[in-house]
Amino acid sequence: MELTDKIFKFFGGIKPNGHKAISTLNPIKRLPIPKKLIIPVRQHVGKVPNIKVSIGDKVLKGQVLAEPIANISAATHSSSSGTVIAIESNKIPHPSGLPDLCITIETDGKDEWIKRSKIDPSSLSTETLYETMKSSGIVGLGGATFPTHIKLNSNNIKTLIVNAAECEPYITCDDMAMQEKTKEFIEGIQITMGILKIPHAIIGIEDNKPKAIEKLKSALSQSKNISIKVVPTVYPSGDEKRLIYLMLGLKISKEKRPVDFGIQVFNVATLISIGRFFYHSEPVISRIVTVTGALKRPNNYEVLLGTPIQELIKDAGGKSDQEIIMGGPMMGFKLPHTEVSVTKAMNCLLAITDEMKAKDTFEMPCIRCTKCVEVCPAQLQPQELYWHAKSKQFEKLTEDYKLFDCIECGCCSYVCPSNIPLVQYYRFAKSEIRDQLKSSEVADIARERNEFRLYRLEREKKERAERNAQRRAQTSDSDKKKLIEEKKAAIAEAMKRIEEKEK
Amino acid sequence: MAIIDSPAIKERSTVSMLMFTVILGLLPALFLQIGFFGYQILGNLFIGIGFALLMEAICLKLRNYPIRPFILDGSAFVAAWLLIISVPANIPIWTLLIGIFFSIVVAKHAYGGIGSNPFNPAMIGYAVLLISFPKIMTNWPISDGFEIRNFIQFSQFFSISNINETYDAIVSATPLDQIKTSLFLGKEVNVLPISFSILSPYQMIAMFYFIGGLFLVYKKVITWHLPLSLILSIYIFSGLLHLYDQNTYMSPLFHLLNGATFLAAFFIITDPVSSPTTLKGKIIFGILIGLITVIIRNYGGYPDGIAFAVIFMNICVPLIEKFTQPKVFGYE
Repeated sequence: MELTDKIFKFFGGIKPNGHKAISTLNPIKRLPIPKKLIIPVRQHVGKVPNIKVSIGDKVLKGQVLAEPIANISAATHSSSSGTVIAIESNKIPHPSGLPDLCITIETDGKDEWIKRSKIDPSSLSTETLYETMKSSGIVGLGGATFPTHIKLNSNNIKTLIVNAAECEPYITCDDMAMQEKTKEFIEGIQITMGILKIPHAIIGIEDNKPKAIEKLKSALSQSKNISIKVVPTVYPSGDEKRLIYLMLGLKISKEKRPVDFGIQVFNVATLISIGRFFYHSEPVISRIVTVTGALKRPNNYEVLLGTPIQELIKDAGGKSDQEIIMGGPMMGFKLPHTEVSVTKAMNCLLAITDEMKAKDTFEMPCIRCTKCVEVCPAQLQPQELYWHAKSKQFEKLTEDYKLFDCIECGCCSYVCPSNIPLVQYYRFAKSEIRDQLKSSEVADIARERNEFRLYRLEREKKERAERNAQRRAQTSDSDKKKLIEEKKAAIAEAMKRIEEKEK
Repeated sequence: MAIIDSPAIKERSTVSMLMFTVILGLLPALFLQIGFFGYQILGNLFIGIGFALLMEAICLKLRNYPIRPFILDGSAFVAAWLLIISVPANIPIWTLLIGIFFSIVVAKHAYGGIGSNPFNPAMIGYAVLLISFPKIMTNWPISDGFEIRNFIQFSQFFSISNINETYDAIVSATPLDQIKTSLFLGKEVNVLPISFSILSPYQMIAMFYFIGGLFLVYKKVITWHLPLSLILSIYIFSGLLHLYDQNTYMSPLFHLLNGATFLAAFFIITDPVSSPTTLKGKIIFGILIGLITVIIRNYGGYPDGIAFAVIFMNICVPLIEKFTQPKVFGYE
């Protein structure tokens, strides 16, 4: 792939008010160690890791609480030192509101680290490196939480793209991290480039972060292999495929992945974690969370995973009964309950503002104005998707209108003059189609089994008939007579015995 | 507790706001119309729109829809306005109300209401009136020129027209109609009393529709695709005929400035519900309406054919959309 300075503007997108200044006034804050840490066992996409501790165990900061058993899985660590006091179902920050297994640690306040040593990735074989990474607990910290070791294990990568766009309004955690942890960030990029054996990385950053851009530029002034591309602030430039297009002019559909083109994309926070893991042998035990919205003192916090979010909200001057969105206002979801703790996926806690409360929810019919088409960054026809989702014409949705290319960025809903919750319709259609596929798969398996059973019965019947015919063919006519006579004699003998008995 | 679906924020835009902007775009032409012809048009708008809203409310009630939000969406308001400015201002009010009835009740609500009507409601109303009352529909008031006096004669406001009253004195056929007649009589076109050095009142009003239309493009209520393709199409097709025979066929400029060209280009064919959603489709839609209009104007039985062209092309919209679906990101 040829690298140019050119920026390839993608189609569509929107420019909502960023509201970013309110949470960038003060440096990243840290809270005292909370008395209790409630750490969900699974904080990533993939299999639930195996719990390695039991109630009453003393644990140290950075100690593995649960280790991955499958490839697509990640480890969970203790964020501070203390005692395991419970392993039970607890509320977690998930849109479903369903509880999940959590490990509760009563902290001892000593914050005592487990024994650590620096790891040099170049000294490790690929396999050991993979296993080491797997134990790091590093997942995509932009919110996707896909285990990072899998992404680091790919061959033939030519370009590393650093996703520093942070296009969602209100969120500033990556911005602040780049400003305050510039060195660690660059170290993370360099280590990742080393692991992936690639010579070049590009940082894609929106032009609404002038301070971070300035810091990075001065830090990278000597570096020839890491370049910065400042892109215009258009939501959703932080979407992986939109960012790749912005950087390289390459359009990738749902059917392909960036890896197929030799591209790997990492988020700022993820790269900082990678750097920390190799330089300080620190697993993922904390993250930076933007706490913002309708609060007195919005700010960014570096918090231990498992910290109850109420402590953050309280510190930022909020009330305990405030409604909170996890993530940004475009793609985030409202927390079903706010008695949850900080997880790896939590990049932002957004206290719902009056603007959000006042959102008109009366849904008018679609007037086909195509405002949605004008903003759809996937170049879909949102009004057709809506129409066919409503009438459940699923085949058309997937075949003709490429529903699964929809990234659920919400641009269409944002501009819709009829207030149609378009994204909700697409999510509904997607889950219906997935369910249909699943049930048709199950039905296919059942049908195949039944067909095989019928075939087997038929085959056995045929085989039996063949065996009998073979036997018959093998016995000669004289043999047959002999057999018949033998049988007759046996019958006669039996009759004789009966007669004798009757006498 | 507010139900918040993602996205939690929304641009301030509603259907009512779109419709309101359309009305703003129509105001300059209305101002000119009053200057040239007096308040009659305002009376028509007042009674016609009132009747349209009443019909809308009755239909919504019968269909069990909430009345308030749907009345306030402004769609019936705009449809009635467009029909009223498309017909002669001296139209008897009962005729106008028949047209509005067909627009709102038949073309709109019988087909499922806002968002579902396959035909442009205003044009259905117009077509019904043109076919049923051709004489009324082709006699337009004559202006004595733009006069300030017209703005103060409020007595005209409710002077509901009587078709028999001083009929010949104040009305005339439109230039397009005159050409049609002269073409039928085998007269040469250049004898017609049409001066391009000074625009006639109707041509000036057409120019103001053009200006109002540019305002809609500027406000992003519509895109340039539909108006530009219709205007260019009429210009090119009538231009070709004009090149072929200058004595029989009028100049392309004449076709742009007369009849409903600019009104249709910016305000009528841009009705989102009944026009294609794809960009290519919009261009095809505009071009074909232009072609059919030029054919009807020159060879058909009616002086202006835009209404029929629009209705005919409305039927073709699903087909046009099917063949003009754009490529999705990454599939080009």
